[in-house]
Order: sequence, then C-alpha cells, then structure tokens
Amino acid sequence: MRRYLLRKLLIYILTFFIAATLDWVLPRLVPGNPIQQLLAKIELQPGTYNATYKLYMHSFGFDRPWWDQYLSFWKALFHGNLGISIYDFPKPVTSVIADYVLFTLALLIPAILLAYYAGNKVGAMAARRKSLDNTVLPVGYLLTATAYPWLALLLAFLLAAGGIGHFFPISGGFAYGLLPNWDWAFVWSLMTHWFLPFLTLFLVAFGGWAIGMRNLIIYELESDYTHYLEALGAPSRLVRKYAYRNAMLPQLTGLALQLGVIVGGAIVTEVTFAYPGLGYLIFQAVGNDDYFLLQGIFLFIIVGVLAANFIVDIVYVIVDPRTRVGISGA
Amino acid sequence: MGLKVDQLRICYRTLRGDVTAVDDVTFDIADGEIMGLAGESGCGKSTLGNSLIRMDVRMRQLGGRVELDGAELPISDARAMRDYRFKVVSIIPQYAMSALNPTRRVGKMVSELLRSRGFDYKSALPEFERRVKLVGLDADILKRYPIELSGGMKQRVVMIVSTLLNPSLLIADEITSALDVSTQRAVGEMLLEFRDRNFVKTTMVITHDLSILAQVADTILIMYAGKLAEKARTDVVIGSPLHPYTQLLISSLPEVGVRHDEHTLVGIPGRPPPLLNPPSGCRFRDRCPFAFDRCAADPPFVEVQPGHSVACWLHADGVSPAGGAEQC
Ligand SMILES: Nc1ncnc2c1ncn2[C@@H]1O[C@H](COP(=O)(O)OP(=O)(O)O)[C@@H](O)[C@H]1O
Ligand code: SF4
Ligand SMILES: [Mg+2]
Repeated sequence: MRRYLLRKLLIYILTFFIAATLDWVLPRLVPGNPIQQLLAKIELQPGTYNATYKLYMHSFGFDRPWWDQYLSFWKALFHGNLGISIYDFPKPVTSVIADYVLFTLALLIPAILLAYYAGNKVGAMAARRKSLDNTVLPVGYLLTATAYPWLALLLAFLLAAGGIGHFFPISGGFAYGLLPNWDWAFVWSLMTHWFLPFLTLFLVAFGGWAIGMRNLIIYELESDYTHYLEALGAPSRLVRKYAYRNAMLPQLTGLALQLGVIVGGAIVTEVTFAYPGLGYLIFQAVGNDDYFLLQGIFLFIIVGVLAANFIVDIVYVIVDPRTRVGISGA
Repeated sequence: MGLKVDQLRICYRTLRGDVTAVDDVTFDIADGEIMGLAGESGCGKSTLGNSLIRMDVRMRQLGGRVELDGAELPISDARAMRDYRFKVVSIIPQYAMSALNPTRRVGKMVSELLRSRGFDYKSALPEFERRVKLVGLDADILKRYPIELSGGMKQRVVMIVSTLLNPSLLIADEITSALDVSTQRAVGEMLLEFRDRNFVKTTMVITHDLSILAQVADTILIMYAGKLAEKARTDVVIGSPLHPYTQLLISSLPEVGVRHDEHTLVGIPGRPPPLLNPPSGCRFRDRCPFAFDRCAADPPFVEVQPGHSVACWLHADGVSPAGGAEQC
C-alpha cells in the first residue's frame, strides 16, 4: 500500500513538472508583451520610453535566453517566488493570489462536497422509487448539460421573478461600500454574494452525481451478488446497502476525474458573477498580459487539483478492499 | 414427504406474448433423493428451478401447485416466499463465481446475511467453520475477499453458504458447467456428501451435462421445450431410455469424464421449437427419427413401468390422443 501511494505520488510529481512547464511556455506563445502593457499604465517622461522599456525587460529577465528564463522560473518556484504581478504592480503574485483564493475555495469546497453528497443520496433514492426517478432523471440530465453562465443567468432571473432577487446580488464578492471587516453586515454581504455562484456550481455537479449514482445502483441491483442475496431471502435493506457501497466506488473515481472540470466551471462562474476568486483573476491577468500572475494562478490550480486527486486516491484505497488486496500482492 | 410438483406452468411475460417455459410439469422428489434435471439449453430447466425459489418480475405462474414437506409452497407470493428462501428452499446458482459481494470479506457477508434473516452469526460460526473444513478449505477464507479466492474456492464457499441452514430443497443450477473435469467430480462428491450428512433433504441438480448426473443423481428428469420427456431412475435413463430424445442425448454423450460444452454435447441435428407459440403435437416431432402420424397430437406423460414415465406415442399403448379417437 505504501508502494502504491509512493508510485501515485511520483506520477503526480511528474504531472506537476509537465504542467508547470506548459504553464511557463503557454503565456509566452500569446502575442503581446507585458512590459508594454505595464508601461502604458505609468506616466513616463517623454523620450525615456525606450530606456525604461529596456530596463524593465532586463529586470524581469525577458532579455535573457529562454532556457535561462526557464531555469530561473524553477529556481524561483522552489523559493515560493512566483514573480511580481503586472496587473497589480508591484505586488508579488503570491500575495495577489492570496487575496483571491479564499473566495474560490469558499465556492468550490462546499459546492463539490455538498453536490457529491446530495447527488449520491438523491440518485440512490431515484434508483429505488420510480416516481422520484421520473423527476430526477430529466432534471439531472438538464442540469449537467447546462452551461454555467446560462444557469447563472437563469437563477438570477428566477430569484428576481420570485421577488427575492435583491437579497442575492449577482456581482462582486461583497457590497461596494463595505470594508472587509468581521462584522455582521460584512459577513451577511459575503454570504448573499456567495449564494448564487455557489448554487450554480452546486446544481450542475449535483445533476451529474445524481444521474451517475442512479445508473450505477441500477447496474449493481442487476449484478450476480444481488441476485444471490435475493435468492437467499436477504431483505432489500441489505441488498441496497451493498449496492450503494459498491456504486460509491466508481463515483469516487468519477470525483477524481471531475475535479478539473469543476474547477473550470468555477472559473466561468466567477467571471459571470464578477466574483473575486481565482477565475475572475485569470480574466484580469489575461486582459493585462500578466504572465506571472497567470502562471501563478495556473500553478496554484494545478497543485490544488493534483492534491485533491491524491486525497481521493487515498480515500479510494481505504474504501475499496480490492485495491488494498491487489496492492499487497495477495 | 419431499417435493411434489403438480401440473406446474410458468410463463415469461414478453412484449411479443407469453413464453411458456415450463408447461404442465409434474414430478416428485423423495426425501434424501437427488434428482437430475437435464435437457438442451433453453428447454426451461432454470425457469423451473428458479420458480421454486424466486420468480423474477417477468415470470408468472399460470397453473399448478407445489408442495414441500406436505405443505403448499407459495411460489407466486414473493412476500411469503421470502421466509422460505435460504431456510427451507435454497439455491446454488450457476454464477457461483460472481455470487459473493466483491467488497465484503466472506465471513462478514455471511454474518450480515444471517443476521438479516434473524440468525445469530456467532452461534452459527462453529458449524460454518466445520463445513468450510469439510469441503477442504481453510477457516481463514472467512477473512478473505472474494478476489483472493480461486474459482473453485468460491464455488465451494457458495455451496456451503447456500446449504448452511439445512434447507429441505436445494436447487443446484449448472454448478459444474464452468469447471474442469476433476473439479466437476469434486463438486459431485460434495453434493452427495451434503445429502448423506442431511445438510439437505431433497436436491435438484440442473444440468445439460448427463455425465455429472450419472455420478450424483438417483433419478433423472429429461425436459424438452418446456415439457417433460422422460423420468426414471438414473441407471434406467442412462441404460435403457425410451424417449427418442433421451436416446439421442445418451448416444451423443462422449465417454464419461471427457470435457465438452453445450453444443458438442447435443449432437442432435436441428433446434428445439420456439416457446412463443410452440407448434402443436409432439414438440420433438421435427427432429424425431421415429415421428409418425399420431405425433401430430400432444403425447401424454404416462408411467410405462413403476417409476418410469415417458411422453412419446411409441410408448403410450392404450392412450388416445387428446380430443380425438385413436388413429390407426
Ligand atoms: N426473461 C425472459 N423473458 C422471456 N423469455 C425467457 C426469459 N428467460 C428465459 N426465457 C425463455 O425461456 C426458455 C427457457 O429458458 P431457461 O429456463 O433459462 O432454459 P434452460 O435453463 O433450460 O437453458 C428459453 O427458451 C428462453 O428463451
Ligand atoms: S411422440 Fe412421436 S415425435 Fe414425439 S418423440 Fe415420440 S415418436 Fe418422436
Ligand atoms: Mg439454465
């Protein structure tokens, strides 16, 4: 089991290496130059543009050969240094990310966990009750197939039509007039701004888990071990317990596979609601040709997704005895 | 007392109509008897076996009655049958290799199953372990997961689990089909052992393979296209069968112990008729080398000698075809 996890870890490290390299290459393939963007923002003495440009190119290291830039990228990375943001010049990228990441985590973690939990429960119930199934199946398919911005708009519209739209603002992370401060007004503002983007992410993922669970349970209920239990008169309580547990395993694999997709959904959703998370920051970084910030955010996301995958791997080993048995080489 | 099945008819509801897979079937199995049920694939053997323990949603009982140990077995009443399953009627399924929940240790699964049926695992454990050893397994298999067991081990585990509560009737459906010859013999020995030790009272061994029946069965019932063809003691069925279908089955039987599959076993040309709207008259008529004009009517299943019944006009002296005068 330790060998298995070590092997997994090695694969994740390799993945990280490749992803980080791509993360370094890709922004450099995009046309445009961050120094030009930066200089356009500051007022310069007439006639000093060329000299200043050279100076900045040099201090950011953009005038060095590519391999040299690449090596310093890794060197800096190991020191936890992701460079200086151009969008929010001259703040370090890490502290810009730190300002935004909590919003993203506050959206993603509850949305992923609650959708996974509720989707599995409702899917299992749908597999048992025909009447519920007739609702869950079409609604689930509709939800998973819906594009995030679409659902976002629809939710905002529905709430407005229901007369409670003003409770749930559709833009920003908290009300403009407020200063970040742990008082009730601010916390309330945070929660109401959080609600719609959260609900959007939750609903799309929920639909997918519910349908997946429903189909898996129906499959498990047709399997040989189910038929054997039934032939021996086992009550449906036991039969369903086994089916649910066994159907959880592919769902868990699905969770690992879906993490990246969900993060992608969060980016789109944050942009739609101008919610100040990493997705929104990506949008800003792209608009400002901010290589370093973009790199930093993607690195952060890559590490986050890989770490979450690793956690799912560990959970899987714990819940599926077959992997444990297989791993110990029995 | 044993098992008495009387004029049982079971059909499958399908979109195209009813498929009567068990058609007017009557037979007995005495206490302590092992009856073999044989016939080509698709002739209704599993349907008959399953109907005695668990009808699936598409199955309907069209008629007949089943009696076990002197009391009616309510096979059509799924709720009432639940209490009989495992305790009174049990089954070793064809799919023994995949019958165990892959994510539960064997012992844990058995304990949950027993508890769910109101039995105490702790008090059943010594007997269970004794039987595990009896079939040549180590008691530590209870701590293992099914994937840690070989196919033969899983088969044996399922056999002892199914018979743990000493059922009156045991149905063993094609339990040797997936096994090699030496394992087949070992499984046969186990069935005999279970009977001799009174783990089970009556046993019905369903197979398309007559050679395993030669080893274990006291009597053999041959089915063809949902109907009974012949029933007699094993030595009579193997040695001097009367029904042309049985004769062809026996003559196509390779030397005992040679492995063969369903298709090479039955070297009889042609195929059984469809069970959805089957033809009238003897169902074997198309393939029967002895077919004659009387065979246009349905042959009755009659006892030609004590304990030997057959459904063929060649052996129905003095019986008129249903609904008509005897033809000459
Ligand atoms: N679920 C079903 N629906 C309709 N027909 C079925 C179903 N299961 C079996 N049958 C039909 O019933 C007949 C008997 O099947 P079965 O009892 O499985 O035969 P055997 O066990 O002798 O091979 C077959 O002709 C098959 O086509
Ligand atoms: S009744 Fe006729 S067709 Fe049927 S088995 Fe006998 S001889 Fe053959
Ligand atoms: Mg069968």
